[in-house]
Amino acid sequence: MKGARASRTTIALKLGMALSGIVFLGFVLAHMYGNLKAFAGHDAFNEYAEHLREIGEPMLPHEGLLWILRVGLIAALVVHVYCAVVLWRRAARARTTKYVVKKQTGATRASLLMRWGGLTILLFLVWHLLNFTIGKVNVQGGATNDPYNLLVDTFDVWWLTLIYIVAMLALGAHLHHGIWSAAQTLGWTGTAAKRQRAKTIGFVIALIVSVGFSLVPLGVLAGIITK
Amino acid sequence: MSHDYDMPDTVSAAEASASGSLDGDYDDAAGYYTPGTPLVDTKAPDAPVAERWQTRKFEARLVNPSNRRKLSIIIVGTGLAGASAAATLGEAGYNVKSFCYQDSPRRAHSIAAQGGINAAKNYKEDGDSVHRLFYDTVKGGDYRSRESNVYRLAEVSANIIDQCVAQGVPFAREYGGLLDNRSFGGVQVSRTFYARGQTGQQLLIGAYQALERQVAAGTVTTYTRHEMLELIVVDDKARGIIARDMVTGAVETHLADVVVLASGGYGNVFYLSTNAMGCNVTAAWRAHRKGAYMANPCFTQIHPTCIPVSGEHQSKLTLMSESLRNDGRIWVPKSQADCEKDPRDIPEDDRDYFLERIYPSFGNLVPRDIASRAAKYMCDEGRGVGPKVDGVRRGVYLDFAAAIERLGRDGVEEKYDNLLDMYERITGENPYEVPMRIYPAVHYVMGGLWVDYDLQSTIPGLFVTGEANFSDHGANRLGASALMQGLADGYFVLPHTIRDYLADGPFEAISEDHPAVVEARESVQGRIDHFLSVNGTRSVDSYHRELGNIMWEYCGMERTETGLKKAIDLIRSLKDDFYRNVKVLGTAESLNQSLEKAGRVADFFELGELMCIDALNRRESCGGHFRGESQTEDGEALRHDDGYAYVAAWEWAGEEADPVLHKEDLVYTAIEMKQRSYK
Amino acid sequence: MNLTLKIWRQPDAESAGAMHTYQLSDVSPDMSFLEMLDVLNEQLNDKGEDPIAFDSDCREGICGACGLMINGDAHGPEVTTTCQLHMRSFTDGETITIEPWRSDAFPVLKDLVVDRSAFDRIIQQGGFISVNTGSAPEAHSVPVPRDDAMRAFNVATCIGCGACVAACPNGSASLFMGAKITHLGELPQGQPERDSRVVNMVAQHDHEGFGGCTNIGACTAACPKEIPLDVISQLNKDLRTAIKHGH
Ligand SMILES: Cc1cc2nc3c(=O)[nH]c(=O)nc-3n(C[C@H](O)[C@H](O)[C@H](O)COP(=O)(O)OP(=O)(O)OC[C@H]3O[C@@H](n4cnc5c(N)ncnc54)[C@H](O)[C@@H]3O)c2cc1C
Ligand code: HEM
Ligand code: HEM
Ligand code: SF4
Ligand code: F3S
Ligand code: FES
Repeated sequence: MKGARASRTTIALKLGMALSGIVFLGFVLAHMYGNLKAFAGHDAFNEYAEHLREIGEPMLPHEGLLWILRVGLIAALVVHVYCAVVLWRRAARARTTKYVVKKQTGATRASLLMRWGGLTILLFLVWHLLNFTIGKVNVQGGATNDPYNLLVDTFDVWWLTLIYIVAMLALGAHLHHGIWSAAQTLGWTGTAAKRQRAKTIGFVIALIVSVGFSLVPLGVLAGIITK
Repeated sequence: MSHDYDMPDTVSAAEASASGSLDGDYDDAAGYYTPGTPLVDTKAPDAPVAERWQTRKFEARLVNPSNRRKLSIIIVGTGLAGASAAATLGEAGYNVKSFCYQDSPRRAHSIAAQGGINAAKNYKEDGDSVHRLFYDTVKGGDYRSRESNVYRLAEVSANIIDQCVAQGVPFAREYGGLLDNRSFGGVQVSRTFYARGQTGQQLLIGAYQALERQVAAGTVTTYTRHEMLELIVVDDKARGIIARDMVTGAVETHLADVVVLASGGYGNVFYLSTNAMGCNVTAAWRAHRKGAYMANPCFTQIHPTCIPVSGEHQSKLTLMSESLRNDGRIWVPKSQADCEKDPRDIPEDDRDYFLERIYPSFGNLVPRDIASRAAKYMCDEGRGVGPKVDGVRRGVYLDFAAAIERLGRDGVEEKYDNLLDMYERITGENPYEVPMRIYPAVHYVMGGLWVDYDLQSTIPGLFVTGEANFSDHGANRLGASALMQGLADGYFVLPHTIRDYLADGPFEAISEDHPAVVEARESVQGRIDHFLSVNGTRSVDSYHRELGNIMWEYCGMERTETGLKKAIDLIRSLKDDFYRNVKVLGTAESLNQSLEKAGRVADFFELGELMCIDALNRRESCGGHFRGESQTEDGEALRHDDGYAYVAAWEWAGEEADPVLHKEDLVYTAIEMKQRSYK
Repeated sequence: MNLTLKIWRQPDAESAGAMHTYQLSDVSPDMSFLEMLDVLNEQLNDKGEDPIAFDSDCREGICGACGLMINGDAHGPEVTTTCQLHMRSFTDGETITIEPWRSDAFPVLKDLVVDRSAFDRIIQQGGFISVNTGSAPEAHSVPVPRDDAMRAFNVATCIGCGACVAACPNGSASLFMGAKITHLGELPQGQPERDSRVVNMVAQHDHEGFGGCTNIGACTAACPKEIPLDVISQLNKDLRTAIKHGH
């Protein structure tokens, strides 16, 4: 094609998804680590939350690094969702007449649910930010200015925990396919062995992330983490 | 996989002449043809054979690059012969239109070739040379091909490999990174280049890619799903074609300065063959009816190791590598009563290893035509195996039990695994446990439109390349040399010879209302309308199958005077019935596969008749053509150089008239004719 | 065997189509799938009904002309082409649903026949090595390591059948494209045009309306030539390299 630009192709969109996905991945791993501090008790957790806001001071203003992170995450989210939407629309247009019978031989369920899983995560994120960061909603009506207590109050409610667990399943599935997929998109899986390795790593990380995150809400519900 | 033609020791013509001479003046075909004037090839320069091509290339006139864009070339066919020519002529700057009936040029039947391609590279330093390849090819063709063409073929063969490698054709390589070669059967040098079992595919994809590159460059326009149905001849020159857009049904006129036919072989006249479903003679036959002579139409190559017919429904036959005969033993039950039994229950004593019995020294490795005929005789006797088709069992066992005992199952697996797997997929039988069944099948046609040294037919401006012409293989083709010929013609020969013709162009523009153009278009429309209006009772396929049976029975592995005469009668009456009773549904203005087939089968009828007449005329056995009347006492093929050292070129004389036979004498200056012998 | 066949019928590209049901009896397990359809067509012809149009040519699994969606699997339940599928892979009394490849880049022309010329146009945009006839150097002047040659061969076996597109939930032709990119990219001859090749081919792929790949892997499972997913990794890598080189 005359004047074709590599950056305008579907593969460039995929690269955008992979790179932003990796940013997310880094974030969720760190976030998960932070969350697990809840098991260390009220003070450790809150200290950690506060520490996050103080990193880099006085070179950076209060919450400076956090904002840098937030900007990065928002940018990644915009890229990730934009690319997802464009690819989704392309795929929808690529087959406007559906099969009467179609098997998905060779496809994993996770790979087929990426978009719905992503959407689930997005909805979760909206609620999650309302819950903990922007809105600070405490359904039990308790204080919202103490992160640890807000967390415990939240997960003491079974259906809130359920929402979180469902979201973590979606995240796990998303990462299960997403991590190997990102490796493939970046061209790191040029042999059968490398492909297998990427798939295994994807599965393991997905498992760690979804289980790791779920431990805190479950810990609260089970009474291990208490105020 | 290997289509090698085993070449036995030879004896000189003088030695053989005692038995090889004609004992009497025969004219079996008398009453079926009209004798014509002799034919000579005027284009091969009068020089020693090794200098002819250089001389011709130099003498052929040049076309100014700025004029090339104004010159238009139609190429029918995108197989090795057509795609390579279209790409090369496009690169040179001509205005090329390329046609094929498939949905993409890449699907031409060249894609199915398995074994390999020959070239006189002498990479093995084993004594190969242009001259040796030339010699082997002429001898393989049983001295019925034209010396100058074959020499040129051998000469340009090395360039083909260079070209294909540069295009990225992934030939097999050795550890050092250089190209690997293998030796094929009877040939004693290693000159066959291959890409596992898919050489044809890889070569064709290379040519196809070169073609598509020219499409992007704007020099070539492709017309896929277009079938050529008529040749346009104006003032005795080929000036275009009538083609049907197979999707919309539109009957289109395409005019040009020159037309090239690279439309492949017509083995499908036999209905069952190893050819693709769409292979046809229509393009060539329409040209024949417009004045192009058809040469040696009866020369057909039959391959002994194909998977047998399994039932009435069979649509095509699949080739199995001949290499299986190296370790497999061929047999049938001694008694007809055993034919239905499980072969494993037939004791050793009740088996007839007929090739080992009849040909003790060559055994299962006798040449293709002998192995094929022997199998046919066994089945005709009623000792064939496998399912009955039309009341006869057509198959013989190819048994690996002894090989498994000798080499172990692993040993056999290592050598033949993919072949045996393929067999199992098609037949559902495990060849490690039950003997395989094989039967001969039509594989290639050496006959085709007559061309001179320039590859030009008897119609000026009509060039013919690849399997569609008759030129290089005589009465039998050596394995791995059809691919070589297709690419030699398209890449290296035609682009030079066609320019001599085009140097006189551009020719006077003709309009679509020229009477000759209108006539061509109307005749196509007339035929289409006829088929759609008959509304008889039988499907096109049923006629094709019946025609195929006649051809196979009487013009197949063994031909006799009585059989051929009977066949001609049968064909004529079947053809009559076809025109009156065929049932073609649907419309002309849409994709209509029955209509496409009807046109092809109609032309097969006429071709089939001519093949029988040609076979009748040639009362000698040579190469793939075995006349029952011409054999030695022990049943060997017997050639008659004194009577038949000619190319039989047939001229169409009209629907009602007998074809006219023009003979081109074959003169060998660089090779002495020898008789085949298996003693 | 007796079968119930549900087959997509569509008179031409413009008209709407629908599934039709046919009964077929006395099917031999030794028939190929296409021979089974031949038999059905003979019967339809006898009854005065238009036979079902489908593509096929070589019928030995190499030309890539055939291709049907059979019970939801491209080329049916075995790893092979439709023409090499045999009726013994089905059971007596079974209902078989037969549809054409579904991709907007492969419009249906009639019944089960689709137009795959989009593949040719992708190749036109760079699926070749630019070498004019006669200008090639001596074949042995460029040795190719055997492993590279083998890999190039393994992926060059693609027959352009389109099953990968048909099977991919996104309707992507990445496996087909990746096979060509890898074939030519693996060879020294293919290096000079490597960047422009991948950019132009992918751009054409997108222009034709194929979907983007999300690494689902249904394509490779349907591929009769077992082209591995590696080629898509290679395709992505080559495109990334091209971006890096400023294309
Ligand atoms: C199974 C098999 C295995 C073989 N193996 C070998 C081998 O190992 N080595 C070897 O050297 N040879 C082999 N051969 C022979 C060799 O493959 C062929 O002879 C050769 O490829 C023919 O090439 P071609 O270009 O002349 O014709 P083809 O490749 O047959 O191409 C014919 C072209 O003409 C077009 N066409 C035909 N009729 C029309 C029409 N009416 N209108 C428009 N277009 C038309 C078709 O669309 C097609 O594009 C094999 C043959 C078979 C069948
Ligand atoms: C916010 C909502 C989200 C949506 C709508 C979304 C959607 C998608 C989609 C459609 C894909 C493409 C599927 C594929 O390429 O395999 C994808 C890939 C990916 N997503 Fe998400 N996702 C979201 C959030 C996330 C989050 C939070 C993470 C990480 C924690 C993430 C990580 C990834 C990764 C690593 C990939 C693989 C990229 C690639 O294929 O190259 N996504 N996402
Ligand atoms: C059960 C799992 C989770 C728990 C218990 C949890 C808990 C929290 C808490 C307590 C905060 C507030 C921290 C603070 O203000 O200092 C927070 C912030 C946040 N969480 Fe989570 N989280 C979970 C899962 C996730 C997941 C899966 C994502 C992303 C996909 C996510 C994204 C965020 C974001 C973006 C913020 C805001 C950070 C900021 O900008 O301050 N969380 N989370
Ligand atoms: S990659 Fe496989 S499925 Fe796709 S076109 Fe090639 S052979 Fe067919
Ligand atoms: S199924 Fe489709 S999403 Fe990619 S890996 Fe294959 S092209
Ligand atoms: S018909 Fe050629 S691959 Fe099936």
